[in-house]
Amino acid sequence: MHFGVVVFPGSNCEQDVVHALRFLGHDATYIWHQDANLDAYDAVVLPGGFSYGDYLRCGAIARFSPVMEAVSRYAAAKRPVIGICNGFQILTEAHLLPGALLRNRNLKFICETVFLRVEPSVCQWLDLPAGTVVQVPINHNEGNFICDAETLARLEANGQVVLRYCQPDGSRAAKGSAPNGALDDIAGICNEEGNVFGLMPHPERVTDGISGLRDGAAFFEAIARRIEKVA
Amino acid sequence: MRRYEVHVTGKPGIFDPAGKTAQTALDNLGYTGIDELRIGTFIELSCDDAVTPEQVVEMCEKLLANPIIETYRVEEIEG
Repeated sequence: MHFGVVVFPGSNCEQDVVHALRFLGHDATYIWHQDANLDAYDAVVLPGGFSYGDYLRCGAIARFSPVMEAVSRYAAAKRPVIGICNGFQILTEAHLLPGALLRNRNLKFICETVFLRVEPSVCQWLDLPAGTVVQVPINHNEGNFICDAETLARLEANGQVVLRYCQPDGSRAAKGSAPNGALDDIAGICNEEGNVFGLMPHPERVTDGISGLRDGAAFFEAIARRIEKVA
Repeated sequence: MRRYEVHVTGKPGIFDPAGKTAQTALDNLGYTGIDELRIGTFIELSCDDAVTPEQVVEMCEKLLANPIIETYRVEEIEG
């Protein structure tokens, strides 16, 4: 399984992603944002960071990088793309995923480990049973997911809500469990086909077990199993 | 040379925590009676004569604003 990890000017989680993927026994190669050929890769990762300094809006400028045209074609061919944190923001700006990510409701940069509940979804990147609670860190200033009511209803109906912030037991607090204020506690969504997945939490940071947590491995292993089965 | 000013603000209903915080700070300073304070982005463009207002609107739709969450207003400035 060969992952391509895109590097924009200002990305800063690409090494963590590559480390996590190699730890899991996969090949991982950096893709410079000026490159526009993704044929060699079984899956593409847009990592976290501050592409183009987050100027204008997070992901707004990265979205027009040459590599993003290739990512759009790759996604349209139903091949797997994951955007983590800034990568998620880029995917929404590129309209590969619906909605947008606003500044955290409390105006604070939030860096903490959160509980996430796996929702019943069509996402190809995760094959954990619905209701599974995982622990993954978040590290962002703009993770407050928002979309209009019509889009939210469509996301729900199509099984596109992949992850929700939750309490340790998997329940959701009455006043919301999202530390950033995200609509309906949404932490991750996918497109209708389930091949494009965006999430604010960082699974690559809890993959090798160094931090004491390993829940991140599931995020990359599901897609690897799926692709290896197809191949 | 043509000059344009672009104002980008959150759509009505999009919570603006920075604006809310500044409003509370003004309130604490005794400036009461402010119904709403919203913070947005102000962009100045100095362009060739050939750049039309329609093109600036296109720039807003594509890049300068995110129409999902923001509205924008384009004004051409004389002189």
